[in-house]
Amino acid sequence: MTDMRTPLSRVRGRGSAKSGTDHFWLQRLTAVANVPLVIFVLASIVALVGADYATVKTYLSMPVVSILFLLLILSGVYHMRIGMKEIIEDYVNGEGMKLLSIIGNNFFAAVVGLACIYAVLKLGLGG
Amino acid sequence: MAETSAKAPGRARPLSPHLGIYRPMLTMMMSIVHRITGGALYFGTLLLAWWLIAAATGPEAYGVFMDLATSWFGRLVLFGYTWALIHHLLGGIRHFIWDMGKGFELSAVEWMARLSLAGSIILTLIVWAVAYAMAGGL
Repeated sequence: MTDMRTPLSRVRGRGSAKSGTDHFWLQRLTAVANVPLVIFVLASIVALVGADYATVKTYLSMPVVSILFLLLILSGVYHMRIGMKEIIEDYVNGEGMKLLSIIGNNFFAAVVGLACIYAVLKLGLGG
Repeated sequence: MAETSAKAPGRARPLSPHLGIYRPMLTMMMSIVHRITGGALYFGTLLLAWWLIAAATGPEAYGVFMDLATSWFGRLVLFGYTWALIHHLLGGIRHFIWDMGKGFELSAVEWMARLSLAGSIILTLIVWAVAYAMAGGL
């Protein structure tokens, strides 16, 4: 077999998709970030059980809380988008359906992520 | 390329063994459940989005969310959500250990699976016990 790739392309080892192990690495990176962030958000929600609306609003408008929520949303949505793409690639066999599912996955992640970010910013910036 | 999935003419081709042929084992079930909980958490983010949007919208919207969330059905969903979250988190920690090249001995794989399953159930119950204590009982 004649190798059509340049020596530089071969040594980079990133194949035709040009992304190499980025997918794998970002899934782990976001997973590492998610561990403390999920624990924080879960603890926050438990601490707010039984609280009235004013308390919840005051809590969610604290800058540190807003920032940690935003970090979880960014890291979490990125993580779930990669994970769902992997599930789609494993189980959806038809090319058309696979394409539609991957588009849907991206749209879902974008809508949920943006909706959460907007709500957190509105609470934090005193809407 | 697209034609490869079309039915092949002539005799049936041999297939590689799939899920149905294996005896279910804990480690295998934990791997499957890790993926299922991941999928559930994916759609569960809608609940997080709903909660945050309701809080950002005002007391009425927040009241509607809380009425549903504290109903028996809402509690059931949130209990499942809590367990899926903790199970997936502990499963992720097992994956970190494997990513570092450790914990591949069969005995280690087995006790890590048992520990994370037991841990997910115990931690979920603790979270809910604390939540009920916060709310001042049932």
